[in-house]
This record gives sequence, structure tokens and C-alpha cells, in this order.
Amino acid sequence: MIKSLFQNSYAKIREINKKYETPTIEMSRWVKLSLLLLRLYLFTLIGLSLYKFITLLK
Amino acid sequence: MNIFTKLYYQYRRFAKSIRLFLLTAGPGIIVMVADNDAGGITTYTATGAKYGMHLLWFLVLLGPVAYYVQEMTVRLGAVTKRGHAEAIFSAFGRTWGWFSLLDLVLTDWLTMITEFIGMTAALSIFHIPAVLTVLICWIIMGAMIFTGRYWTWEKIALLFCGLNLIYIPAAFMVHPSVNDIVYNSLVPHFPPGGFTNELFFLLMANIGTTIAPWMLFFQQSSVVDKGLREKDIRNGKIDTAIGALLTVVVATVLIVVCGKLLNGVPVDDAAVAASTIMPTSRTIGTLIAIGLFDAGLLGAICISLASSWAFGEVFGWAHSLNNKVREAPWFYAYYFFDLLLAGTVVLIPGAPLVLITLFVQVIATTLLPAALVFLILLLNDKKTMGDYVNTRWQNIVNIGIVVVIIALSTMYGVSTLFPDIFK
Repeated sequence: MIKSLFQNSYAKIREINKKYETPTIEMSRWVKLSLLLLRLYLFTLIGLSLYKFITLLK
Repeated sequence: MNIFTKLYYQYRRFAKSIRLFLLTAGPGIIVMVADNDAGGITTYTATGAKYGMHLLWFLVLLGPVAYYVQEMTVRLGAVTKRGHAEAIFSAFGRTWGWFSLLDLVLTDWLTMITEFIGMTAALSIFHIPAVLTVLICWIIMGAMIFTGRYWTWEKIALLFCGLNLIYIPAAFMVHPSVNDIVYNSLVPHFPPGGFTNELFFLLMANIGTTIAPWMLFFQQSSVVDKGLREKDIRNGKIDTAIGALLTVVVATVLIVVCGKLLNGVPVDDAAVAASTIMPTSRTIGTLIAIGLFDAGLLGAICISLASSWAFGEVFGWAHSLNNKVREAPWFYAYYFFDLLLAGTVVLIPGAPLVLITLFVQVIATTLLPAALVFLILLLNDKKTMGDYVNTRWQNIVNIGIVVVIIALSTMYGVSTLFPDIFK
């Protein structure tokens, strides 16, 4: 039963990934720049969180 | 005769528009009042106790900010007929979609725990054990959705919103100076002692409690579930504006009460504030405790629904409150899973509740800028919004708000991780 649940979930996730493979928003320069800045922001914050976590463990 | 006919016509027109408004109102008021959740009430009591009425102007300023951000979700929901999670998946693709969904789920679950912490602390003042409080909450929240009708759920939620106004009589009981309230509400100024690290933390906590990622997801999904259409956008905006006004009123009243009764007393918890006030005024202490329980309950109801709607939209499950449990089993299963898990964590002896509260702040900080950026981009996509795309004025206001919030929340996130960095 658990195996079937995991298989079904995996299949559903693949279906979702396929359905939303291509973004529908018009990728203007403004949209691309915003998403790039958002990526940089998130990587910085996640990096800082990881650094904090590692220094806490030490 | 002619003038009476005209007056009667005007009256009928007005009565009809009020009836229409009452039919469409709900999501805006609920999300805004639920925004004053257990964490919010704690923040306002701490603000009042620490700085008296000096920061009232800041909360008055946050009302329009919350309105402008939430109003966008009304338009987005009414035009696309899609919840926020589905809109992000569709517009930005699977990577951003999964990021938003998982981030929302984690933040919501952690915030739910803080709601349960608030509710158990509130009822512990009346010597009700935590286990019983959690059970009461599960029963109320379960009963609300088992009706299988969005309308019934919404009306019960609005009743809880009404209970949130319980703080207003408390404000009259402390006899505040009207001149002080008006001055502190309208004239921006820093409290005595100037701008300090502690003040910055409290200002950010007030922003964080006024604009939260789950609110965007909740209101958009709620608008869709209620079936609002483009023609209802005007009423949706009024609904949101009334909600924003109520949020500011509740926050102001609480700050006034705590500013009068606890000024200078170190308070970092609304339940502690209620029990500290109890010996001075049993009625006011009781009102604060009841209000805290109601705030936690309303917050938990909305937050768990925000996650369930988001999952339902993305996974394609039936996800309407108009569905019976057998028609939407996964939607309701997730709702209860969320509730049970959050409630159980609070009951674990020695659970790291302080660490969880800290985690909520950091993770919510991570999601908020992302959610706001997606919202602005979606509202500027002509293909998605058609005639309801952001106007130039809306863009100036909204982008301004988003840029300021991103800058401040980044500073807040960094200073939460590294408390000494801005000293």
C-alpha cells in the first residue's frame, strides 16, 4: 500500500512537472531581471542560513 | 411626487448595492482580521508595553500598505479564477512553483505551531490544560469545514472576526487621552531614546505580522472558491479596505491598552501581558486572553486552509469548501494533517518552541519577497490580467512598497541570523 502511494505520488509529480514545464508569462527583459535578482537574493539568504547553521554546529 | 420617486429609486439602488456587497464580502475582512493572529497580538502587546502609544502612526501607515498588497490578489483571483499557487506554477514554471509551494507549506506549518502556542497560553490563564485546548481547537476547526459549504464556513469565520474586536471595550476602560491617540496616530516620530536595534526589531515584527505570504495565497484562493468574478472586483476592494481598517483598529486599541497599563514593563508574550494585567483589572486581562485565543484560532483556520487550497490547486484535487469530505478527501485530509501535526508539536514536552518561532521569522522572510515579486510580475502580465493589469499609479505604489519591504525584511532576516551585525 505504501509502495503504491509513493508510486502514485511520483507519477503525479511527474505529471505536474510536465504540465508546468514551460512558463506562460511573457519573458520580457523586466521579468528576466526580476527573476535573476530574486535568485541572487535567495541564494544569498540561504547561504547565510547555512553558514549560521554550520557555525552553530561547531 | 417626482422628488419622492427619485429618492425611492436612489434608496433602492443603494439598498441593492449594499446587498450585493454583503454577498461578495468576506475574504478581505477574514484575511485582514486573521492577520492579527497570535503572533500579531503578541507583537502589539510588546510594542505597547515597550513604547506606549509612540508607534501608533506606524500601524496607521501599515493599513494602506496591507490594502495595496492584498487588493492585487483580489484582481488576480477574480480574473484568472486560479489560486496563487497554481498561478505561480503556470506563469513561472515548475521550479519557481515547487519553491513557492514547499516554502509556503513549511512556513504555514511553523506559523500554525505558533498559533497553537498562543491558544494554549491564552487558555492556560483560565487553568485549561494544553491538551484540552488543542482538542477544543481541533473540534471547532473540524466542525467549521464539515458543513460542506463555503458560505457557512465564511459566516462562522466572520463571527470569529467579530470576536477579535473584543479589545475595543478594553480601550474604553483604560480611559486613554484622545489627544494623545490622535497625535501619536497622525504625527510620525520615534519614541524617546531614538532609533535603536530593539526599535528596528519591533517595527519589522509589526510589518511581518501585517503582510505575510500565507495571506496572499489565502485571499486569492478564497476569492476563487467564493466564485468572485471581474464585476465583483470593486466590492472585493471595499471588503479588503474594511478588513485593513479593522486590522489597524484592533492593533491600535491593543497598543493603547498595553501602553496605558504596561508601559515600561518588559513583555514579550500576549499571555504574559494578560496575566500581568489580571491583578489590576480582571476584566481587561480576561478580554486580552480571550482575544488571544480567538486570534490564534482564526489564524490557524486561515493558514491551514491556505496550504490545503495551494496543494489542491497544484495536485488537481477537488479543493473547494463547497465539496463534501467524500468529494474532496485529499483536500480535507491535508487540512487535518496540518492541524493534527501542529497541535501535537505543542503538546510534546520540551519541544523547542522558541527555536520554532525564530525559524518562522527567518523562513517567512525568505518567502515574502519572492511572493511579492511574483505578485507584481503577474499583475503586470497583460496576457494574464487583460484590462485589469496594474495601472501606472498602482505600479508606483506597489513596487515602492515591495522594494521597501524587501530591503527591510532582508535586514530583518540577516539581523535575526546574526543579532550583532547592525550594532
